[in-house]
Amino acid sequence: MSLATLRRALFIGLLGGIAVWHLSLVGLIPAFAQRRLIGETLTFSYALLVALFALAAHATGRRYPGALQRVAWGTLSALTAGLLVLALALIVTQVNLRQIFLNATPELTRVLTFGAGVSPAGVLRTILIAAVAGVASGGLGATPAPWGRVSVFAALATLLLGLLRDVLGPILPSGLVSVLYGPAGLSVPGAVVIFVLFFLLFALRWSLSGRAGAERLVAFVPSPARGPLARLVVILLLASVPLWAGLFLSNVADFVGFYILMGLGLNLVLGFAGLLDLGYVAFFAVGAYTMAVLTSPEIGQRFTLDFWVALPIAIVLTVCAGLLVGLPVLRMRGDYLAIATLGFGEIVRLLVLSDWLKPYLGGAQGVTRIARPQIGPLRIDSPQEFYVLVLLSCLLAWFLSIRLRDSRLGRAWFAIREDEFVAQAMGINRVTAKLSAFAIGASFGGLSGALFASLVGSVVPASFSLLVSINVVALLVLGGMGSLPGVVVGALALVGIPELLREFQEYRLLVYGIVLIAMMLFRPAGLLPERIHRRELEEAVEEVREVAPAEIAPGRS
Amino acid sequence: MQRPARLFTMLLLSLVFVLAACQRAQPTPTPAPAAQPSPTQPAAPAASPTPAAQPTPQAQVTKPTDPIGVLEIKPGEPIVLAWMLTVSGGTAQLGEDSKRGIEIAIDDLGGQLLGHKIELVGEDSGCNPEGGQAAATRLAANPRIVAIVGSSCSSEARVGAPIIDQAGLVMVSPSNTAPDLTDPAKHVNAYLRVAHNDKVQGRVAAEFVVNKLGLKKVATIHDGSLYAEQLANVFAENVKKLGGTVVAQEAVSPDDTDMRPVLTRIATQQPELIYYPIFNPAGSFITIQAKEISGLENVKLMSADGLLEPQTVQNAGQAAVGLYLSGPDLTVLGPKYQEFVQKYQQKYGTKPVAGFHAHAYDATMMIVEAIKKVAVQAPDGTLYIPRKALRDALYETKNFQGLTGNLTCDQYGDCADPKIAVYEVFSTDTANWPDSAIRKIYP
Amino acid sequence: MAIATPRSFLSGRRLEASQLIVWTIGAVLLGIVFVGSVLTLRAGHYTAAQWRDFIVFGIAQGSIYALIALGYTMVYGVLRMINFAHGEVFMSGAMTTFFLADYLNRSGFLKAHPWISLIAMLLFSGLVSMTIAVLVERIAYRPLRGAPRLVPLITAVGASFFLKYTFRGLFGSGVRAYPAIPVLQGKLWVFQKTQIAVFVGVAITLLLLVLFLQRTRAGLAIRAVAEDREAAALMGVDVDRAIVTTFAVGGFMAGIAGVLYALVFIQVQFFMGFLPGIKAFTAAVLGGIGNLPGAAVGGLVLGIIESVGPSLFFDGYGIRAAHQLKDVIAFTILVLILIFRPTGILGERLGGEERV
Repeated sequence: MSLATLRRALFIGLLGGIAVWHLSLVGLIPAFAQRRLIGETLTFSYALLVALFALAAHATGRRYPGALQRVAWGTLSALTAGLLVLALALIVTQVNLRQIFLNATPELTRVLTFGAGVSPAGVLRTILIAAVAGVASGGLGATPAPWGRVSVFAALATLLLGLLRDVLGPILPSGLVSVLYGPAGLSVPGAVVIFVLFFLLFALRWSLSGRAGAERLVAFVPSPARGPLARLVVILLLASVPLWAGLFLSNVADFVGFYILMGLGLNLVLGFAGLLDLGYVAFFAVGAYTMAVLTSPEIGQRFTLDFWVALPIAIVLTVCAGLLVGLPVLRMRGDYLAIATLGFGEIVRLLVLSDWLKPYLGGAQGVTRIARPQIGPLRIDSPQEFYVLVLLSCLLAWFLSIRLRDSRLGRAWFAIREDEFVAQAMGINRVTAKLSAFAIGASFGGLSGALFASLVGSVVPASFSLLVSINVVALLVLGGMGSLPGVVVGALALVGIPELLREFQEYRLLVYGIVLIAMMLFRPAGLLPERIHRRELEEAVEEVREVAPAEIAPGRS
Repeated sequence: MQRPARLFTMLLLSLVFVLAACQRAQPTPTPAPAAQPSPTQPAAPAASPTPAAQPTPQAQVTKPTDPIGVLEIKPGEPIVLAWMLTVSGGTAQLGEDSKRGIEIAIDDLGGQLLGHKIELVGEDSGCNPEGGQAAATRLAANPRIVAIVGSSCSSEARVGAPIIDQAGLVMVSPSNTAPDLTDPAKHVNAYLRVAHNDKVQGRVAAEFVVNKLGLKKVATIHDGSLYAEQLANVFAENVKKLGGTVVAQEAVSPDDTDMRPVLTRIATQQPELIYYPIFNPAGSFITIQAKEISGLENVKLMSADGLLEPQTVQNAGQAAVGLYLSGPDLTVLGPKYQEFVQKYQQKYGTKPVAGFHAHAYDATMMIVEAIKKVAVQAPDGTLYIPRKALRDALYETKNFQGLTGNLTCDQYGDCADPKIAVYEVFSTDTANWPDSAIRKIYP
Repeated sequence: MAIATPRSFLSGRRLEASQLIVWTIGAVLLGIVFVGSVLTLRAGHYTAAQWRDFIVFGIAQGSIYALIALGYTMVYGVLRMINFAHGEVFMSGAMTTFFLADYLNRSGFLKAHPWISLIAMLLFSGLVSMTIAVLVERIAYRPLRGAPRLVPLITAVGASFFLKYTFRGLFGSGVRAYPAIPVLQGKLWVFQKTQIAVFVGVAITLLLLVLFLQRTRAGLAIRAVAEDREAAALMGVDVDRAIVTTFAVGGFMAGIAGVLYALVFIQVQFFMGFLPGIKAFTAAVLGGIGNLPGAAVGGLVLGIIESVGPSLFFDGYGIRAAHQLKDVIAFTILVLILIFRPTGILGERLGGEERV
């Protein structure tokens, strides 16, 4: 027990407290207090506060092998954080800061003191909860693996199910729903049941890893059939979505699909060929606007086309756009390429927004009445029906990506990604390779845009902002660059989840920013990275950490 | 992840999917396309490509049928009304103000309707087409909503109303004023509004400028939004009809900060008045910067109901003094409106901050009336609201006594009893808005 | 292995088809601009006074870009990374100082002592921005010093979102208006007093910056680290501290730019940082990234082109609402510079080699 360890524990607690201060003043914590997760009392905000306390305790405690030390130091951190929380509540009640900080309201103090207000009861409650969180965190950390981890995951799963009540309610059998769920979140007995269920499931899963018993299960399926069978199962599952997903979920699924398509396209450019394209939205826009202009009766040409005729035209035009973007940037290096493509993306948006091109592109108000696909007598109208189209496109893109990855062109891309000049020295034509990356990558974006325009029925310039490009890059990075399953994971995480939790729209981009930073700090290679990439990235980052330790403890290291 | 674990996870997911799929053997009711078969058809519409199944038929005789669908509200469930307004950004005061009108209306009803609690949900529509699109899509995906009060800005409705229409819902706007929205060629069945049509506002503004102020040369600036562009055009046409000339018609973007180039361009034509019926903050940028342009030192400035809020005067400060604003005439609305203002003040601590709070109140009450007309109550307490009938009932609104006047809806959705006035900003003191800062000068 | 320098574009290289196409496009664009300018000037819609106003305003706006660009260029010179979050650093100073300005106004201090108030606001804004910049460096950038290019870029984007929406959450999404500064109202001769104040403010700040970099040890350390990080470390320079100082100075200047911006534009909002940030980066690249006088020159040039450009280039063609294309011009310049002269107008002082 030394001054340094004490200081570290306090510092981490301080960080936790500051995190709560930030989330409170930004308004996230008061807003989340509306959402009940379990029963009538456990709101999202309370869960968040407890989680932050526990996290502070964990961050401190994990350095210590001994259980007692772990719990002790961890709880100290948690308590520090708790005291800071109280301090904020106190300040907000004493000083009227509402003119400056809009969220410094009495409701905030109520949430921060777990419902009791700034009173002896509230102080006690907060301190107690912080202490319990700290002890629990330390205790769970000290329990022999995998039980601690299993408990944490089970708890998280339970809370998640409580959070997703609005989404799962319409899907699951109503009998099940009325048993498990209360009016707003999980009912208490329901929560217990779910927790136990997940506990068992996760325990089973963890004990299954590497065990011979599981091998025997798998052995039932003859070896050559395993891969294709798995793929078939996945495809069937995906195809079943329209049957059970309601209007809302189908919409979300469609949007996730659009971003998967774009992600697969950008994967060719960025993941395979290593070209840092921050203007991918330009291709999305070209595809969408082509579809809009060609099929909407609003724009003053003398003809309107059918969806199926406009679609290939949109893709062809997008490919041209890809070439147009690729040509000037052939010789640019990393950062500059990023900025130049960003510039292109913005130029496209500004042009479709401008009054000058309004007669052709609709201007600030966009273009409405875009055609929907029609197959004979059948019109594809609802999000559920559209989903089939989106799914087919994604599967096509996936298939193409795999073929490209294993082709000569794909190898050329990988070579360029690793070292452009060596690749050239080896005989690879840089120009052709880069241009084809842009062109083919763009085509996926164009397809996605055309489908998007048709589904929503209208296009407006604001939908094609830099944010979309950043979204696609981020989901690629999140999932792991170059990795195809990673694209899906990234899209689900960065597009699907925010859409599902739509009442948190306000804070979506804030959380987005935090997630991006956290991902880069802790897992720069992504969630499902390509093996080589991951090794590279993590080695590079580790090296730096050793040479210049990122000590965040106060004082000199 | 090792293969056994991966397999295991997949099995788990499959279980969830199968469970869900078994439950949903029948797809959820989706609305049929807008072309409606005759309402007397007792069975589900034939030859419709969408699987429009009715909810499990019950033995009730009272359960109505409806070409779009019937919303079923069980006892204990709330009646869900929704708002689609702009409550963030530079235009937040406009949407917030309307939302408060709705909330007061619900308070006046005691929070109850036909034995069910009224639940208010809503989406921020941002006063731009993208926001309108996003908000409408989200609202359309919520099957519990009965009706929507919205949107705030016409550009939102242009894109959002077709989406609402497709989903079978109905919307009544408190503050959309663009003529296009109720134009016979472009109107959608789901859309009505209680705010004035800008054909009226543009005319009144033009009459004020040419007849009362005696000015002949005007310039207009719009911000690309449907409302601004159309209002500027109506204004320009009417000025020309009255004998004036329109020397320039320009456009800016809502998030432009530097208005100097466009103002300088206008200055080359030497207008006497600039009419810019846009929103904040762009409107205030123009107000502030106009006086700095050489050639525009003595030009008069005029805007419309988009800038009829305290922020306009607060942000532009001294530059706003002398600004003319056209908008709904709230000074002639009678005692019921005064009562409303008092309730507003009590509940929110200030007087109303924009121009359409009373309209929002009327929209809500109109919807409630329509619901009362068409809702069918089953003996067991379930409430059935047939959606097409609800729309029809709204269109049939006649002589509805609202705060804003006598509302009668025409077949294209215009229900307003329009009263337009022109105000002038005479002081920068917004402590007691509107009386401390603006006064009505016409008619 | 040499990175393509401008000269090698022309000497002894086989002209590839792709290059030819690109050059043609560039020439066409230049032609459009030239013809447009001639047409506009011949049509003579604008008076000399109005052109003068455009130019003066362009200088004022450009000098604000210059201040922000300096932050970008210094960070790029030292760390080889584009600090995407710098625009939000600029915003944070402006938005936070609003409350100080409002308080000073309501308490009457602003009317009584306008100059002191102004200086207080500038300093306060500088400090706030400096703090934010240093915090971002510490938390988001320092752990990732050696990582491949993409990683700090994504982090910077994440940081920019984080800052933007933090300020939105803290202070709301509405627009705030700075109070009018009494002594800066109206015109001095033919120029707006606020614009003169901006120009003077930027000039003084630049002077201080140059003095700092040339005359102080900390400045020397920064220049050394920008030149060659490893050699500087070997020579005993505290690299970490130099980097922090760089961010601090860049942030401080962005904060000052924030208040100056507010003087001219009055209204501030949580997303006001994005476009000036990008424009400032364009300015930095235009002048030569890593090159300090270059950033200043780039800022001024960009400001003037933005202000004068839409009217000058497009008015002659009769394009409706040409000023909406102002940003298109800025981005096109960016792309053209990156294609044809990536080292910028004044050349890239620091840099050339790709650092791994």
